[in-house]
Amino acid sequence: MSKIRYTQEHEWLLEDDGLVTVGITGFAQAQLGDLVYIQLPEIAKAIAKGQEAAIIESVKAASEIKMPVTGVIIEVNTILNDEPGKVNEDPMGAGWFFKLKMNDPGELDSFMDESAYAAFVKDMD
Amino acid sequence: MKETIYMNTVTEHLAHTPLYKLHMELGARMVPFADYEMPLQYPMGILKEHIHTRSKAGLFDVSHMGQVRLTGENAAVALETLVPVDIVDLDINRQRYALFTNEQGGILDDLMVSNGGDHLFLVVNAACKQQDIAYLRQHLSGQCTIEELSDRALLALQGPEAGAVMARLAPETAKMIFMDTATVTLVGVECFISRSGYTGEDGFEISVPNEQAEALARLLLAQPEVALIGLGARDSLRLEAGLCLYGHDMDTHTTPIEASLSWALSKVRRAGGGRAGGYPGADIIQGQLASGVERKRVGLLAKDRVPVRDGAQILDAHENVVGQVTSGSFGPTLGGPVAMGYVEIAHTQLGTLLHANVRGKAVPIEVAKTPFITLRYYRG
Repeated sequence: MSKIRYTQEHEWLLEDDGLVTVGITGFAQAQLGDLVYIQLPEIAKAIAKGQEAAIIESVKAASEIKMPVTGVIIEVNTILNDEPGKVNEDPMGAGWFFKLKMNDPGELDSFMDESAYAAFVKDMD
Repeated sequence: MKETIYMNTVTEHLAHTPLYKLHMELGARMVPFADYEMPLQYPMGILKEHIHTRSKAGLFDVSHMGQVRLTGENAAVALETLVPVDIVDLDINRQRYALFTNEQGGILDDLMVSNGGDHLFLVVNAACKQQDIAYLRQHLSGQCTIEELSDRALLALQGPEAGAVMARLAPETAKMIFMDTATVTLVGVECFISRSGYTGEDGFEISVPNEQAEALARLLLAQPEVALIGLGARDSLRLEAGLCLYGHDMDTHTTPIEASLSWALSKVRRAGGGRAGGYPGADIIQGQLASGVERKRVGLLAKDRVPVRDGAQILDAHENVVGQVTSGSFGPTLGGPVAMGYVEIAHTQLGTLLHANVRGKAVPIEVAKTPFITLRYYRG
């Protein structure tokens, strides 16, 4: 069974069989605008929650993606090296950033589910 | 993601241009810029807006810029005391790029000057306009009349199809070439237009009374080639065209020579010319023209995909700091990062390999020719 969770920083985390795929939401990509560069983390790197995991740059500015949970990077979406715009086109699908293995799978429970996130975004407008 | 990205709430005291309602209606994302609330982008997005301007025609609201009229017989002679540029012999219905310099040879602002026959028409930067007008009043009052035209908006129509669009609406504009100016009737009202802009493309800037600005913008947007373009793409377009942004690529601490703007210094105002000197900082600027400068502005191309931005240090092969980036972004036409910055003169040869410090990582960059694109001004 897979489950999806959302952070207040507008990342989504899709948990499936112990592996978590991380990306940013449609709301986040719309706010950022066209992405032109993405620096992905190194595979096999252990990163603590809150530490920098990736850097994303729009035409105007750079911002960082912080590690939403503590874990080890298992896979990165290398397509984004050449096609950062994939994040704008398909943020919830082909525009995923990386997959990680969590140290404590329980960490996911603190995040918002689909409906809680929808309400959270609605409040921001 | 950092919270700050979402904190683009605009504060209350910002001014609005006459096109504010239109920007909101067309879904602009508004940001504070030079005390105005201005459109950063529209739903099309910066990359597509940039490409649209390079391939068709983009309409920009630049009403935040200052428009000033100088009248009086001595206006040209008077203005020459503040700029290293030939104003006296500027032909009627012609425009010229100029710079206000200070006593140290630094740049107070850059501006466009056109000769309207019985007056001079100046366009100055939004962020500098109050200071520029005060400066003009301080130095030129008594020699000419200085009027801020705050009752007028300014639109820019830029791109390879701008000429065709303007010719459809005002056929007499077809014979204008780059840096020509004219007074034409659009939406039933007198507009001052120049065939110039800030994108490297053919195009026009149109000064229109505030009351008719929205009607004119809607008329232009009704033309199939035209889309509204925000300040985000305006910045990437001017950067690809190698054009300076005041406050970034030049300021009071850079001289026109250091800024690689020697071309803007008219021959008649240089040493040996008929009206040599006679503007603030002339001795310093003449000295630099004769014996060179220690650093100057150059174009920079990154040999990596990572954008190199304003403020990044420039390093030589031994990791000595030899300069600083003053503008940098992604160039949508080039499909890669483009930048400009100031570099010590020993490292300014085209093709010199340097590094930029981006978040602690040395990104290879190369000193490159500007403009980064082919300019497409209409020269007849």
